[in-house]
Amino acid sequence: MRMLINVPETVVADALRGMAATHPELTVDVEGRVIVRRDAPVAGKVALVSGGGSGHEPLHGGFVGTGMLDAACPGEVFTSPVPDQMVKAAAAVDSGQGVLFVVKNYTGDVLNFDMAMELAEDEGVRVAKVLVDDDVAVTDSTHTAGRRGTGATLFVEKIAGAAAEEGAPLERVEAIARQVNASSRSFGVALSACSTPAKGGPTFALPDGELELGVGIHGEPGRERRPMMTSREIADFSVDAVLEDLRPTNPVLLLVGGAGATPLLELYGFAAEVHRVLAERGVPVLRSLVGNYVTSLDMAGCAVTLCQADEELLRLWDAPVRTPALRWGL
Amino acid sequence: MDAAFFLRWLAAAAAAVDREADRLTELDAAIGDADHGSNLRRGFAAVATALDAGPPGTPGAVLALAGRQLISTVGGASGPLYGTLLRRTGKELGDAQRVSVAELGAALRAGVAAVAQLGGSAPGDKTMLDALVPGADALGASDAAGDPFDAVRAAAEEGARATEALRARKGRASYLGERSVGHLDPGASSSALLFATLAEVAR
Repeated sequence: MRMLINVPETVVADALRGMAATHPELTVDVEGRVIVRRDAPVAGKVALVSGGGSGHEPLHGGFVGTGMLDAACPGEVFTSPVPDQMVKAAAAVDSGQGVLFVVKNYTGDVLNFDMAMELAEDEGVRVAKVLVDDDVAVTDSTHTAGRRGTGATLFVEKIAGAAAEEGAPLERVEAIARQVNASSRSFGVALSACSTPAKGGPTFALPDGELELGVGIHGEPGRERRPMMTSREIADFSVDAVLEDLRPTNPVLLLVGGAGATPLLELYGFAAEVHRVLAERGVPVLRSLVGNYVTSLDMAGCAVTLCQADEELLRLWDAPVRTPALRWGL
Repeated sequence: MDAAFFLRWLAAAAAAVDREADRLTELDAAIGDADHGSNLRRGFAAVATALDAGPPGTPGAVLALAGRQLISTVGGASGPLYGTLLRRTGKELGDAQRVSVAELGAALRAGVAAVAQLGGSAPGDKTMLDALVPGADALGASDAAGDPFDAVRAAAEEGARATEALRARKGRASYLGERSVGHLDPGASSSALLFATLAEVAR
């Protein structure tokens, strides 16, 4: 095992101490596992709170700041946070205008956030919730728990965060968040398995020379395994999988995401192929972003997320943002 | 059965979860994300600490406190689900100082029903319910001869074993579809373990 850690039990707390030391603009409660923008609660502003298992950095703590999240609740590695964290976060950031929970569609996250919603409302905090479920690899049917939430989380948090920053009321921020989710789709590919500190090794077996198409952000298997493909072939497969489901009539925002262990040299090469295939399919790209944003620890791999954008979503996407991981216009 | 009985049950459950955590995590690695054992170990350790620090005086209060601890410390799906199981069962027992086997059976079935409602699941979905439902039902049918808790243990273990052949329809394993077949469900396995410790303490 080659991991830069002390012991598996303290990885999350250790990372939070590092975030606190690095980002004085954030208030980090290491014990209570809540990361809050230092100027919260912001008067007159709807607050956004998200969270989920750790191991997807910079999601979620890296998106706390002006124009995006007011607070994030990191759980244990690949494990949902507990309701106490969300209730604490909601109480810390609520200015009286209400709180929007951004929840990725995993059973654990949904259950814990639902419990937190009840508890926060008992304490007089008005809470709405948006569920992110953009991953087309596993289809929504009676036989699954619905689609997984992955890369679209970044689009939802950025765009709804901008709306909140402008002073939109809770109902409006929630509606925009839902619109962004409904307009977004993702597809991910793994070139290697991820390793969790608790397990001390790969969480699944992916033989050298094979890849997993449609992998989840916890290494959950997707559609199929194949012998290694070229960047060009992966781009064709991934973009087509997304377009088959999204069928955009508007231009798109594009996220070419790394899974954590794939270098930017490879990701930019992959981005070139993604732009090529989108051009071939007649889908104009308004903005694009390349990098590690919604990751899976040390997994090698990539994901394509598209968000179909109208003028307002584009304007909100371009609005200033200042967080550890996403920063422009400020 | 009084509060002391339930304190012994949860202490035994915490010890069993600690002992079996690696096995549960291995089961989870096959069809989930390899953390079921470590998450439950953290939760039940918190339960044991809380009950040691201030042992409640009634069976219902013991279970409710344990459930709250699990919700506050486990995370994932198993935190709210196991937390709800114990809290709801405790609530059903009310303020009674002592409870009968029949009363515990009825309360457990209410707790299991609350788990089914929260998770939107039913037996056959390859979840903890595949062990919890037969286990709780066995305690309901316990007027037959023999040790009622041993019947609970056997029914829950049989239910957990039967998950191997099932296809997961809930939770993270559901994303595997057909590939989930051939693996024991980690949640059903930990539920069987919980009922096995109940039988152990009742003996």
